[in-house]
Amino acid sequence: MDNQRRDALKAGGGLGVFGLLAAAGLIKPEMAFAAWNKDAFDAKTMDAALAAIGAGKPADSADVQITAPDIAENGAVVPVGVVSNIANTEYVAIMIEKNPAMLAASFTIPAGTLADVQTRVKMGQTSDVFAVVKAGGKFYVAKKEVKVTLGGCGG
Amino acid sequence: MASPMRIRAASKDGVTEVRVLMSHPMETGQRKNAAGEVIPAHFITELTAKHNDKVVLSAEFGPSVSTNPYLAFKFNGGAKGDKMVVTWVDNKGESRTDEVQIS
Repeated sequence: MDNQRRDALKAGGGLGVFGLLAAAGLIKPEMAFAAWNKDAFDAKTMDAALAAIGAGKPADSADVQITAPDIAENGAVVPVGVVSNIANTEYVAIMIEKNPAMLAASFTIPAGTLADVQTRVKMGQTSDVFAVVKAGGKFYVAKKEVKVTLGGCGG
Repeated sequence: MASPMRIRAASKDGVTEVRVLMSHPMETGQRKNAAGEVIPAHFITELTAKHNDKVVLSAEFGPSVSTNPYLAFKFNGGAKGDKMVVTWVDNKGESRTDEVQIS
């Protein structure tokens, strides 16, 4: 059997399906990524992630509270909540320092919505969790260490 | 098509609390399957929550968000029977929209 020919057919077939889907408008990468801040989600260091969301060097603030367990048994599901007591909070980002990509999630908070969000994130290992908050054009940050006994990435 | 989201929206003392549980693999693109091939990334990138056509929260997710993502938030206003609509889009361009009435 001609293995090379098989591979070529496979590769061609795969491309064909993708092309068809794209042509049919089922896959619209440019639309899906239109607003998504790729730079920030790709950032591999804390500074790069902060720069990508335009935060620069945020000030430490005691008015930003992170709700997360001290010890997470399962790194695949770590509940994290952020509450900001700073008036006019318009943006909240959750970053995990030791993950392959820092930024886990970001929230845009319009007027009338409380700066109180909760979600669940994956953590590869014990790390500091940062909450970056934007209020009145300024950035503030708080952190909390979460110890992970069983990693959530790959496992 | 992905499974429906489970959405709970409850109004109390003028504040509505919304809880959403999405059904999504949230594949990071870092894991490998048994044959050692990288499993392609597949995760929700954007989410929008609307109360009667007014956006009350928009979120961007990265692959670090857990499988079957959970999200809870609160906003001022909202009355029983109002419409709450949540939409997400993932990195493959798939999307899903579900709505509930505030209870």
